[in-house]
Amino acid sequence: MRKLLAIVGALMCIAAASDPSERLADAGQEARARAIFREVRCLVCQNESIDDSQAELAGDLRKLVRDEIKAGRTDGQVKAYLVSRYGEFVLLKPAFSWGNAALWGAPAVVVLLGLGLWAANLRRRTPEGELSADEAERLARLAKDDAG
Amino acid sequence: MIAELGAFALILALALSVVQAGLSGAGRWRRSAILAGAGEGAALAAFLGVAVAFAALMHAFVVSDFSVSNVAANSHTEKPLLYRVAGTWGSHEGSMLLWCLALTGFGASVAGLGRGLPKGLKALAVMTQGLLGVVFLAYTVFASNPFTRLAAPPVEGRSLNPLLQDPALAVHPPFLYAGYVGLSVVFSFAVAALIEGRVDAAWARWVRPWALAAWALLTVGITLGSFWAYYELGWGGWWFWDPVENASFMPWLISAALLHSAIVTEKRGALSGWTVFLALAAFTFSMLGAFLVRSGVLTSVHAFAVDPTRGVLLLIILGATAGAGFALFAWRAPSLAQGGLFAPISRESSLVLNNILLAAATMTVLLGTLYPLMREAATGEAISVGPPYFNLTFVPFMGALMLLLPTGPLLAWKRADAKGVVQRLVFAAAIAIGVGLLALALIHPRQALGSAGLAMGAWLILGALAELAERTRAFRASGAETWRRLTGLPRGAWGMTLAHLGLGVFVLGACFETGWKVEAAETLPVGGQLDVGAYHLTLDKVEGVDGPNYDAERASLTATRGPNEVCRPQPERRFYPAGGQTTSEVSICTVGLSHLYVVLGERRGGAGDPVWLIRAYWNPLALLIFLGPVIMALGGVLSLSDRRLRLGVGRRRAESPA
Repeated sequence: MRKLLAIVGALMCIAAASDPSERLADAGQEARARAIFREVRCLVCQNESIDDSQAELAGDLRKLVRDEIKAGRTDGQVKAYLVSRYGEFVLLKPAFSWGNAALWGAPAVVVLLGLGLWAANLRRRTPEGELSADEAERLARLAKDDAG
Repeated sequence: MIAELGAFALILALALSVVQAGLSGAGRWRRSAILAGAGEGAALAAFLGVAVAFAALMHAFVVSDFSVSNVAANSHTEKPLLYRVAGTWGSHEGSMLLWCLALTGFGASVAGLGRGLPKGLKALAVMTQGLLGVVFLAYTVFASNPFTRLAAPPVEGRSLNPLLQDPALAVHPPFLYAGYVGLSVVFSFAVAALIEGRVDAAWARWVRPWALAAWALLTVGITLGSFWAYYELGWGGWWFWDPVENASFMPWLISAALLHSAIVTEKRGALSGWTVFLALAAFTFSMLGAFLVRSGVLTSVHAFAVDPTRGVLLLIILGATAGAGFALFAWRAPSLAQGGLFAPISRESSLVLNNILLAAATMTVLLGTLYPLMREAATGEAISVGPPYFNLTFVPFMGALMLLLPTGPLLAWKRADAKGVVQRLVFAAAIAIGVGLLALALIHPRQALGSAGLAMGAWLILGALAELAERTRAFRASGAETWRRLTGLPRGAWGMTLAHLGLGVFVLGACFETGWKVEAAETLPVGGQLDVGAYHLTLDKVEGVDGPNYDAERASLTATRGPNEVCRPQPERRFYPAGGQTTSEVSICTVGLSHLYVVLGERRGGAGDPVWLIRAYWNPLALLIFLGPVIMALGGVLSLSDRRLRLGVGRRRAESPA
């Protein structure tokens, strides 16, 4: 039951990032902050970004990100700082690293495998109806015999 | 007393499923019509048993019999009747019972409807369905029995989670489960065909209606769930790439692939091994979905009935069932006939590409869902996979698929004329590109990706229409001739056109909404004002409201556009004392196909005048996001009503006197 309440509590955290009391004055910086929020996980929530979550920790993370942006850091620097503090878990977009090679690569492998099987199937035999060079020659000879 | 009757009926159903599997199997190997018939009878009886059990549980919920622990944990006397009924499948135990109801129901349908099927194949399918019934009924009876009594019944129940007390969500699980479990029939047919060693055109024709029905039900179920999330979770999103959503999406993708590959097997006898593989995979993904949702191995915003110890049992069931199916496949598939040949440019090849891309898309969803678990188990490092991953992987595969989609139905079987297809689609392509360029030029703010998405939606819709024009020889033959052809088209053809059109409608809505939604939030006192897009909101008043099982604060706003009043949204913030939970009730004004979406947030401000956090979204064309899948499902249903696909219809015609 307590778990259920925790879940519901997390659920009730709705789209908190648009809260006017948190917003940055500079619209450009605010837009950058919102874009980062969507890629950062609310660590205590059930699979939500800090853009959506109203959990206290998400609010702290938003403040952190907004402060960093206000201090003139780039998006990459902000994310690197978050990872150094909370680990890779905090990013909703996994890094392109060897550890994640299977994650990013496997779908492409499926496509290549599929295309390979398709090509193999196409080359299985000469498609019916199409004549081999030998057959074509015989047909031509027969036609000539007929004509002659 | 009635609860005991339900418990008894459930155990009886388990016994009958054992009998069903045994007799059908014996009927097949002894070539005995009597034994096989008895197996079919047992299938019908098992369904009746589960139906009685289900009715008994529903009765316990309706009369609020709190001596049944499941009712005590999930219901409340003050809950409206609809949600007491829906409470039957609102818990883990109840939803497993619903699963068993659908499973035995489909088993009984195969037994009762499959009159035209060869005897051996049918007996094996009924046997497999019986075995699945044994596994899931045994799990329900021994590990998840909904009829357990409490020694000291409470006076009042603990109520259903208020978020789930919603009409869309009340009917969402039955659709979803019917879809999940509908794929069990496809699985059983695949196992039966592998044992018989024959996968031919006739087999594919028998399997297609079941796959189609399951796919259509899944489409409706997923759409209802997504619609619920859209208006109940209150942040205007409709798809979160959440593990539970993914769990239902994977069987949908695979059954869509199956529908297409079964066409090739039916018409050309090719891809039979692959079609059987997909048939096995589809139900495997259904079981995986049930496991993911019910076990709690993944954290999710939708996981409501979670129990890790039972998860292990479900995992064993999943492994054993799927393992047996695929082992059979590995053993028997090499002996399957290879079927007709085709050229690189042909209808077959286009359907193969469809399947490759759908399989890759499923792979991205599967990996995105399970990779964090696998990586953590392997290296101990925790990572997250969220929407940005799916946008970068799933979306391109689907984009490629949609780009190719309109060409498929225009290609001829075996070997097609690429030039002819290009000529037929040149207008559709030109208009679609025009739509994209216009969107880029005219819609503010400028969105390249959004505009490309609109072009894609237009391409799908126009492509479906171009195919229809081709079939009816529109603009080339006389109007009367076109009309004659149009009315003479088989329902299956209409079904395909509708399904493809529906996908286009969905893409149009999804891209427009994602690209051009507007968000605004402000803390407002009574009389305060807020602009969202072209709309202007005024907070008129906030009052207290007493609901049947909740207390609420209700805001009344007026939305205007220029001088005209558009609507009066009344969002609520509800408090449910039974569970101590607060929910927000979104107010949505539908303006044409778009939504003005208003949420009432918390009350703020201490001593002085109170202010409320009001959040508003302008979601342009949002209705199309939900309308598109409904059109797709309608296409499926229409196709299902095609005479050619109806099971045993020819037989019945022949039997009845003219």
